[in-house]
Amino acid sequence: MKKYIIDFKVLENKKLNDQNTILVLQSDEKLPEILAGQFVEVLVEDSPSTFLRRPFSVHNVDFHENTLSLFIKIAGIGSKKLTNIEVGENLNLIFPLGNGFSIPNEGSALLIGGGCGIGPLLFLAKCLMENNVEPHIILGGRSKEDIFEVHEYSKYGTVHITTDDGSLGEKGFVTKHTIIDDPDIKFDIIYTCGPEIMMKAVAKMAKSKGIECEVSLENTMACGIGACLCCVTETIDGNKCVCTEGPVFNINDLKWQI
Amino acid sequence: MADLKIKINQLEFKNPVLTASGTFGYGLEFDDFFDVNLLGGILVKATTNAKREGNPYPRMAETASGMLNAVGLQNKGVDYFVNEIYPLIKGYQTNVIANVSGSTIEDYIVVAEKMNELENIPAIELNISCPNVKQGGMAFGTSCASAQEVTKAIRKVYSKTLIVKLSPNVTNIAEIAKAVESEGADSVSLINTLLGMAINAETRKPILSTVTGGLSGPAIKPIALRMVWQVSKAVNIPIIGLGGIMNATDAIEFFLAGATAIQIGTANFIDPTVSLKVVNGINEYLDRHKFASINDIIGKLEVKN
Repeated sequence: MKKYIIDFKVLENKKLNDQNTILVLQSDEKLPEILAGQFVEVLVEDSPSTFLRRPFSVHNVDFHENTLSLFIKIAGIGSKKLTNIEVGENLNLIFPLGNGFSIPNEGSALLIGGGCGIGPLLFLAKCLMENNVEPHIILGGRSKEDIFEVHEYSKYGTVHITTDDGSLGEKGFVTKHTIIDDPDIKFDIIYTCGPEIMMKAVAKMAKSKGIECEVSLENTMACGIGACLCCVTETIDGNKCVCTEGPVFNINDLKWQI
Repeated sequence: MADLKIKINQLEFKNPVLTASGTFGYGLEFDDFFDVNLLGGILVKATTNAKREGNPYPRMAETASGMLNAVGLQNKGVDYFVNEIYPLIKGYQTNVIANVSGSTIEDYIVVAEKMNELENIPAIELNISCPNVKQGGMAFGTSCASAQEVTKAIRKVYSKTLIVKLSPNVTNIAEIAKAVESEGADSVSLINTLLGMAINAETRKPILSTVTGGLSGPAIKPIALRMVWQVSKAVNIPIIGLGGIMNATDAIEFFLAGATAIQIGTANFIDPTVSLKVVNGINEYLDRHKFASINDIIGKLEVKN
C-alpha cells in the first residue's frame, strides 16, 4: 500500500482522563485506503528531548469526513506533548503503515483489549461489522477508571467488560470473561492488543481452544517504514520488523512461550 | 541553477547528496515518498557473507538530539542480495553503492568479489566501523594496521571505486584515513556512529539489549565536522562526510570543512524526503552566494591565521 506524508489539522482533543486522550485529526485531502490495525508515525517537534516520530495505531477512520483518530496514552515526553495539543494545530503524519488485521467474510470475532491496547480495536470492530462479521469486544482494566468509550465500541459490536477489582463488569482478567465459554457463540478468530502479559494469556487461551489468534505488537521504532530494522520481534522465520511485517502477527508465527 | 556534479575517483555523481547505509533500506522503502533517482547516490544496507539475524530487541534508544542503535548488521547475506535484491534496485538511475561488512577479512573478500561482478553497483563502501557486532566490524577500523590490512585485501579483488567508512571511536582518525589511503582506498566516508549507551534509572537496566550501541543524529554533528576537517588536512582522496546532517545548512558546513559529498542518515527516519530537500537547499545556497559549482565551496572554510 502506498504511504503518504500529510499534515492533518487537530479537530478535537478529547481528554479521557489525565493519562489518555483521543485526538481526532482531519485532512484537507481525501484519505487513502487504511486497514484496521495499521498505524501512523506522528512528528512531535520538540527537539532535543523528542527527536523521532511517535507510532500510534489508528483508532478510527471516517472516510466521508476525512478524519482519522488516535488513542494516546502518555508514555513519555512525546506522547505528553501530543495530549496537550490545541484544536486547530497541525500534525504531520506518515501513514498508513504496517499490515493490519485479517478480516474474515463471515462468522463471529472476539476482540480483547487492555489499557491503551483498546485503541486499534474500535476501527477493527467497525471493519468487521461492515464485512458481516459479528464482533464481541472485551474491554479490560484494573478498575472502572480504566474502561473508556464503551458507547463508541457498542456502535460496532457487543461490549463486555472485566475489571480486576470488579468495579465495572465482571471481576477478573479478560481471559476469564464468561462470554468466552458461551455455548451459543462460536468464535472464528480472536484479536488482541494490550500489555504483553495480557496478550500472551489471550494467545494461550486461544491456542487451547484451537481458535485463530492475531496480536498487535508494540515496539520502539525509529523509522516505521522498514528502513532502520530497530523494531524487530522474534518469529519462526527469524527477526521481523514490527513496522512493516507487523504490527499484527498470527500467534503461530511468534516464538512466544505459551 | 548551480553545477552540483562531483566526482569520486572516476565515478560521477549528479549531486553530492547520498543516503547513509542502514538508514535508507535498499531505496525501495522510499519510492512512495519521492523519486530517489534525483539523489547523487544510495548507500544500501550493509551486506555480509552469511545471513545475520542481528541483535536481540531492544535495539534502539532515543537520546537528546539523537538515537542509539544496536541493529547489528541484520541482513540475509550476499547471495540473497545478488539474487533477490539486486534485480529490484539495478534499474535505479543513480549510483547504488553497496556497504560491505564482515567478521573476518575472508568474509569481506567474498562479499567484495561478488559485488565486483554486479554491473550496476559502481562502488562499495567498506564498513570497518560498525560498533554493534562482536567480531569484526569496528575492530578493523580502530587500528591503522588492521584498517590497512583489510583495505589492502579488498583492493586486490575489487576493481571499482572503493570507499572506506571510518570509525570515530579512535584517538586519531586522520592516521587511519592515511593508512587506508596508502592501500588504495579511493575515498573515505566518515563518521560512523559513536559508541554510547543509555540506562533506565527506574529499572536499573540498560535500554539496549547489547548495553552499548551507536549514537547518531545531530548530537554527533560537531564531532563529525571536526573529524572531516582533520582528515581533509591529512589525505588527498575525496571525503564523504556524514554525522547528524538534518538540512542543507548542515550539509554546506561539511563541504566547507572539506567533504566532497555528504550522506544523510538518521534524518531519513524523521522526514523520508529530507535528502531531496537537502539537494534543493544546496542549490539555493550556491545560487544565493553566486557560486557556479559545488566544487567552489569544498574545503573553503575561512580560518584566520
